[in-house]
Amino acid sequence: MVSLNKVRMRYPGTKRDVLKDIDLEIKDGEFVFLIGPSGSGKSTIIKLLTGEVRATGGKIRVNDFDLRSIKRRHLPKLRRTLGVIFQDFRLIEDMSVYDNVAFAMRVVGASSRDIRKRVPYVLDLVGLSDCKNRLPRELSGGEQQRVAIARALVNSPGLIIADEPTGNLDPAKSLEIMLLLRKINELGTTVLVVSHEKELVNALGKRVVSLDDGVLTDHGGEYYK
Amino acid sequence: MKLSRFGYLFREGLRGVFSHGFRSFASITVIAACLIIMGSFALLGVNIDSIIKDMEQDSQILAFVDESLTQDDARLLEGAIRTLSNVREVRFITREEALDNYKSQYEDTSIFNDIDASVLRNRYVVYLNDITLMEATKEALENIPGVADVNAEVEIAEGFITVRNVVSVITAILIVVLLIISLFMMSNTIKLATFTRREEIAIMKMVGANNGFIRLPFVIEGLIMGLLGAGIGFLLEWVVYNFIAERITESMAGNLFRFIPFAQIMTPLLIVYLAVGVLVGAFGGGMAIRNYLKV
Repeated sequence: MVSLNKVRMRYPGTKRDVLKDIDLEIKDGEFVFLIGPSGSGKSTIIKLLTGEVRATGGKIRVNDFDLRSIKRRHLPKLRRTLGVIFQDFRLIEDMSVYDNVAFAMRVVGASSRDIRKRVPYVLDLVGLSDCKNRLPRELSGGEQQRVAIARALVNSPGLIIADEPTGNLDPAKSLEIMLLLRKINELGTTVLVVSHEKELVNALGKRVVSLDDGVLTDHGGEYYK
Repeated sequence: MKLSRFGYLFREGLRGVFSHGFRSFASITVIAACLIIMGSFALLGVNIDSIIKDMEQDSQILAFVDESLTQDDARLLEGAIRTLSNVREVRFITREEALDNYKSQYEDTSIFNDIDASVLRNRYVVYLNDITLMEATKEALENIPGVADVNAEVEIAEGFITVRNVVSVITAILIVVLLIISLFMMSNTIKLATFTRREEIAIMKMVGANNGFIRLPFVIEGLIMGLLGAGIGFLLEWVVYNFIAERITESMAGNLFRFIPFAQIMTPLLIVYLAVGVLVGAFGGGMAIRNYLKV
């Protein structure tokens, strides 16, 4: 599903490698935490996986796409196999909850019939059936993040990437979101969560990889021992 | 593309026009104003062209035949005159006809009783195909043996041709300048719209929208504004044209100029306006979004 082999990254105009010979394998159906301090290169890994930036060296495969050689015009195809969740939710403010989720299906050319069928199912899955006609600003932070998760989930991606999804939430809501992501994982979707909240990571007891100054360490399940 | 998908993108384009009301209004106004200025100059050019064509129809050169030739010999010159390439029609006028024509301009013809037709010369009235070649045709006529003198109003014809050329050049320059202004305004309006919607565009990219899907609502937005600008510009041009045409026709100049009725030129004008509106709108919209599609 995700494979990074000796990946190096240096941004143009800089003299420092942000990522140094990263090796990482995430299998189908896995739940993985990526942890590390600010500036350690976590966001760069996310950008590499979504095709926003191109690696300086090494090999990257995501959902059968070779990201070292992928053509720009094929990036939308890659992104349709991914669901991305951000710390700041990134919802469209003047669209209702329903439309925010349906929007992701319209973008990939889904039929109105499929949208009418799929969106209520996903909203039910994240526990927002009663809020479908409300605007994002009428929701709490936790609810907004659930909308973002529903949007990431609605096109049935093979991999969900969550970049600090609980960064703006209180501990109780954070745990709720993590449990929701675990539930999605249990339904068969691979999940990669970037987080620096140690308690949450500990609470779920999943595989952990850590980044420090561009060097990746795979702790597996040993992180908690 | 599926109809429902196009319907969705079209609604998004409409949303863009109405959710940025003032900016859209400014763009539509600029396009309409540019089209009115462009259209006015083009119509001025078309009218001057039409006047010159009328002059071509009416313009004539008088070629006087040498007095030493008999009337029969004079008639033989017609063949030589007809061989000239710019000659559309030739009519022979005898001395007697010329005198009758002269007399017919006066009420009291008794004053001509003592005048004999022999004081006048046999002549040819020569009609031209192309007024711009009047000078050359005049010279060619003068070179025909038996033609004593040629009378042509070359200065008046040249004056009109100069005016036509000046208007053509000014129109061409204005069209280019105003097209660029319209395009720039349209592109800037939509660029502002894309700036306020950059988050939305980023989300679209993140969920896998291709560039065509992202671009189309903005192109449609530009297209709608372009078409509205063209429609409003056309209607105003109609009003302005008829107003000016009426005023000039009522004035003294009305005897000199005949305005082409608007009904006669409205179809091609409308097609040009709509085409410019569509091109400026769609191209402006596409240009504005270009920078946001590179991520």
